[in-house]
Amino acid sequence: MTTKRSITVTVNGQQHQTEVEPRMLLVHYLREVLDLTGTHIGCNTSQCGACVVMLNGEAIKSCTVLAVQADGGEVLTIEGLAPEGGLHPIQEGFWEKHGLQCGFCTPGMIMASYQLLKNNPHPTETEIRRGLEGNICRCTGYQNIVKAVQDASERMSTSAETPVPAGD
Amino acid sequence: MGIAAMLGTPVKRREDPRLITGQATYVDDIKLLGMLHMTVLRSPYGHARINTINTDAARQLPGVVAVYTAQDIKGTVGNIPVAAPLPPHITSGMGRRLPLAEEKVRFYGDPVAIVIAENRYIARDALDLIDVDYEPLPVAIDVEKAMQPDSPILYEEFKTNVATSMHPSSEQIDKIFADTVANGGVIVKERFVNQRLAPSPMETRGVVAEYRKSDKALSLWSSSQIPHLLRNYLAIQLGLEQNQVRVIVPEVGGGFGCKLNIYPEEALASFAAMKTGRPVKWIEDRDENLAATIHGRDQVNYLEAAATRDGKVVGLKFHVISDMGSYLQFFTDVIAIAFTLPMLSGCYDIPNIYSSCDTVFTNKAPTDAYRGAGRPEATYMVERAMDVIANELKRDPAEIRLLNFVQPEQFPHTMATGALYDSGNYGAALEKALDIIAYDKLREEQKQKRAQGKLMGIGISSYVEMCGIGPKGTTPFGLYESARVRIEQSGTVIVYTGTSPHGQGEETTFAQIVGNALSIPQEKVLVLHGDTDSTPEGRGTYGSRTTSVGGSAVFQATERLKEKMKTIAASMLEASASDIELEDEKFTVAGSPQKSVPFKKVAAAANTSNTLPPGIEPGLETTVFFEPEACTFPFGTHICVVEVDQDTGEPEITRYVAVDDCGKQLNPLIVAGQVHGGIAQGVGQAMYEEVVYNEDGQLLTSTFMDYAMPIAPELPHFELGHTVTPTNVNPLGVKGVGEAGTIGSTPAVAAAIADALGVAHIDMPLKSEKLWRIIHKQ
Amino acid sequence: MSVPAAFDYHPATSVDEAIALLQQYGDEAKLLAGGHSLIPAMKLRLSQPEHLIDIGKISSLSYIREEQDHIVIGGLTTYVQIEQSDLLRKHFPLLPEATSMVGDQQVRNRGTIGGSIAHSDPAADLPGVVLALKAEIVVQGPQGKRTIPADDFFVDTFTTALAPDEILIEFRLPKATGSTGSAYDKLANKASHYAIAGCAAVITRGQDGSCSAASIAITGATVRTIRARAVENALVGKQLSETVIAEAVSHATDGEDMIVDIHGSEEYRRKMAAVVARRAIMRALERI
Ligand SMILES: Cc1cc2nc3c(=O)[nH]c(=O)nc-3n(C[C@H](O)[C@H](O)[C@H](O)COP(=O)(O)OP(=O)(O)OC[C@H]3O[C@@H](n4cnc5c(N)ncnc54)[C@H](O)[C@@H]3O)c2cc1C
Ligand code: FES
Ligand code: FES
Repeated sequence: MTTKRSITVTVNGQQHQTEVEPRMLLVHYLREVLDLTGTHIGCNTSQCGACVVMLNGEAIKSCTVLAVQADGGEVLTIEGLAPEGGLHPIQEGFWEKHGLQCGFCTPGMIMASYQLLKNNPHPTETEIRRGLEGNICRCTGYQNIVKAVQDASERMSTSAETPVPAGD
Repeated sequence: MGIAAMLGTPVKRREDPRLITGQATYVDDIKLLGMLHMTVLRSPYGHARINTINTDAARQLPGVVAVYTAQDIKGTVGNIPVAAPLPPHITSGMGRRLPLAEEKVRFYGDPVAIVIAENRYIARDALDLIDVDYEPLPVAIDVEKAMQPDSPILYEEFKTNVATSMHPSSEQIDKIFADTVANGGVIVKERFVNQRLAPSPMETRGVVAEYRKSDKALSLWSSSQIPHLLRNYLAIQLGLEQNQVRVIVPEVGGGFGCKLNIYPEEALASFAAMKTGRPVKWIEDRDENLAATIHGRDQVNYLEAAATRDGKVVGLKFHVISDMGSYLQFFTDVIAIAFTLPMLSGCYDIPNIYSSCDTVFTNKAPTDAYRGAGRPEATYMVERAMDVIANELKRDPAEIRLLNFVQPEQFPHTMATGALYDSGNYGAALEKALDIIAYDKLREEQKQKRAQGKLMGIGISSYVEMCGIGPKGTTPFGLYESARVRIEQSGTVIVYTGTSPHGQGEETTFAQIVGNALSIPQEKVLVLHGDTDSTPEGRGTYGSRTTSVGGSAVFQATERLKEKMKTIAASMLEASASDIELEDEKFTVAGSPQKSVPFKKVAAAANTSNTLPPGIEPGLETTVFFEPEACTFPFGTHICVVEVDQDTGEPEITRYVAVDDCGKQLNPLIVAGQVHGGIAQGVGQAMYEEVVYNEDGQLLTSTFMDYAMPIAPELPHFELGHTVTPTNVNPLGVKGVGEAGTIGSTPAVAAAIADALGVAHIDMPLKSEKLWRIIHKQ
Repeated sequence: MSVPAAFDYHPATSVDEAIALLQQYGDEAKLLAGGHSLIPAMKLRLSQPEHLIDIGKISSLSYIREEQDHIVIGGLTTYVQIEQSDLLRKHFPLLPEATSMVGDQQVRNRGTIGGSIAHSDPAADLPGVVLALKAEIVVQGPQGKRTIPADDFFVDTFTTALAPDEILIEFRLPKATGSTGSAYDKLANKASHYAIAGCAAVITRGQDGSCSAASIAITGATVRTIRARAVENALVGKQLSETVIAEAVSHATDGEDMIVDIHGSEEYRRKMAAVVARRAIMRALERI
């Protein structure tokens, strides 16, 4: 039997202190301990990107990080992207441009796009496609995802990232 | 806000807010009190006898609640259901299985035992503690070798691996071929391998089962495309009444046909829940998904084509070998026979078509419906045939197609295969695609590039597919669709559909249909699906049928309620029902627009009953079952342009044009999305994807490290166009578009790459090494 | 369920502490840096250490700086740090170039150069770069520090000159003298996007325009990352025409054992190693 460890992680602005098995993956910590099920699992070999969240300001595959590695860190998940009841411009872009079908890859795609636009607020189509190379979508053929990111990029430069209420 | 419901407009999807915020509930997001977790021990061999299974150590691991093998479920859990068993052997039991392997395992990934534990991690640990003594047996992997008398046999009592063998007399077609030769025509021959694919929805399968012993009530959450069929067959498997089983399909992260199935784990989790008295969850791992969820395609095909010198195709002769893998899943045995053979004439008016077919068991995962199911195979063969003929006659592939198309005035048209096509205008779609891509200029450019030593290729594929299944008698259970529509007192409409959309956006499309019919904003329509306790008996979502069949049921139910509301409005307005019109959320009397009553008020009157005229039944609710008389036949032309790297053989798509005709488009935004995604999957088959087993039956593509699918930088920007040729098979005039992109794209890419290399045909997947070998004649 | 087998976790706050832990747990322990090779292997249970010593938070091992005639990189420096480093772009553009081809953004945010080199996956990109740049690899163990030339570091598939109780702490890159150009070229497989073949090339041109030094390393194709000496020998002293280069690269993998899998046969990998080598050398030349 291994020794559990106490970790403190700030997720979407809220601090959590939890005892976890060292082997618990961050994605399971988020989904099963904190019940933040918006982050998904699509593979077991770090290829698909369904599990992407921000850890300390960088996009990561949460299936390839142990919860104990996030100790003392800050995590942002899809649930925390916009204030309650609002949408982040990237979420709006995905909605507006039909950037999703089954929606399973979407939270990971949105978080990867978040990192992409953080690094490069005005990406070209090629840069967007390249920036999303760690995320697989089986439904959309990526075209509308590219449009969604372009749309988000425009919204973010005009609105200076003010989230809008849902259901506009 | 005006009425934003109009059909044919790009309405944003109402499904999206929950999906983009992480609030949607997929099956793995369900957490029940006291829930246990299940893992499955799978065979590491392609074919082996099971001597003994020792589960003692696993059972003793703290946190393990139970371990079950075939011995435990035998007599309690029935065989995996099969939709349409074919004679002679399958009707006598060939290919049938219990959810856990007995005596023998027949493919890498075959379930052997299950562990039920307090959490996933323990359930996983316990798998390593189960000791199975296997005696490896020789394997049948190559389908053509599996047909030989000396092949290892999967089902020994049948003494063969061939389940169904259809070889009608070929006398007539042979005579036509002989005549063609005598008249100076040409005969071309080709062998095509339509490789094995893994459907790979981003969400793997998953199940949660909960059982209440007191009244034998089983609730099963499953990531499925077929809630009602699953309920009906699972009930049989478990010896329960249909009404004792409730299937709930939550959000589903893609299916592509692989969730149009009833799998071992659904019965196993149910069994475990019944035994332990606690809810049981099983979530498939990606390596299980690649090994044990159905695979798609896997046919080996032989083609002979006869054409006149001037390019008229006079006969096609096909032999289709369907590799079914090791066991039967739901539609395994009928994919080739019911979906490939009828489509072997493609878009072309070919007087003579002959086909023979063998369906064969091998030591691989079962094959079944994967996006297109049988039709992509047919389209691929026919389209490759047209190119091979064009190549032989040194004619332009577009020209050969135009010359052989069924003409618009010939519809409805019965093909030589027996299929009855509803409507079409194939030439128009092809011309439009040529136009968009500026075909003549492109061929010029190709000449110049070739002169510079660059390998540029252009491929055309004109497809037609059969969807909206499907008329009476197609399956033993009927392929109708249903809708219950209820209008609340407030005027809000609730639609309960028997279909089970999982990404196709029908919550939006159906709301548009209803909003349009009732002239109310689509926002006032709620569409519910996936719970067998609240939705009427339906058949689910697959085969591009949801809008054409399910949408028609919704439309007809809505129309019925509209008539009733008109009668009520007529009495309220003291007019005749035939004079009542419905517009802008109010009923008016024709010719007297000042006399009107709001939609809401009529809805309230119907629901409260007191003000209803005598003879009118209270309430606004009706259920309609729609069973189409025939299938629909969407079509189109895709053109792909590639460049292949001389040095490495790496192909790159530089342009892609798709012109699709799915009849009326109810929501162009959704239609385009379906086409994009379809093309990506079709490109995947052409260039990337292939399930590979080695000669020992080991699966070599068991993770995404080895199973390749297209990612964003590898795909081009698709240029779309469309034509509209409605159908009268259903009241909406829609044909279906879920599979079109996949069916149309694969042959276009294959043709482009063959064209780039200047050869008639190359088998897929068209990976760099294969192309490099052709370029460098290695 | 793809989850690691159970282990005990020991976050180390210093190199000394990590070394002490390595000594204490011996064979049962493994170091964890970015985790992007180790955790996937543990999830598939290909690796089942009983003790995991996390060095990922030793921030003093994460740096890129100039020290006289060397650029030095801390063992725990991440790919993104390398990709975005102006210092490296100026002195060793090969490193950010190759790094930008590793995995994807999420992988590059976590993975470390030390982890990649210590792991020594023949399909990985940076081992070749480290070889081509003739890095000095500084490792620290119970007996203190020692420096291993890159040429002596990669022993075999997943095997290096690192002792079990040593930690890779620094890379020292000698600044180039003379007119030097470099490039990395990679032909990736379409599934994992690891290299089928890759090549890191550093070419120095002498006063007379001929090649005065060449350092060529091959990744992805051979069972261990190698310097392609035959290619180097065929280049040095010559005016680098296309024919000379084409002839030289045809020896890229001579005598080496090759990786063979569903993404490429032995023959294809040999030929592709030559193709990427030619491309890398040509680009390196253009950049001089
Ligand atoms: C999806 C995906 C795609 C990838 N694609 C590529 C690619 O295209 N090209 C490529 O090159 N790589 C690729 N990688 C691998 C990636 O580069 C790894 O991050 C890297 O190889 C390991 O670095 P790490 O810091 O993550 O090491 P870890 O995984 O933490 O450690 C790897 C091994 O090295 C040991 N180790 C780590 N640090 C040290 C140290 N300082 N001293 C001694 N031993 C140490 C560990 O004990 C372990 O055995 C990919 C990985 C993933 C998950
Ligand atoms: S689940 Fe993390 S990358 Fe697939
Ligand atoms: S929307 Fe289904 S996987 Fe991307």
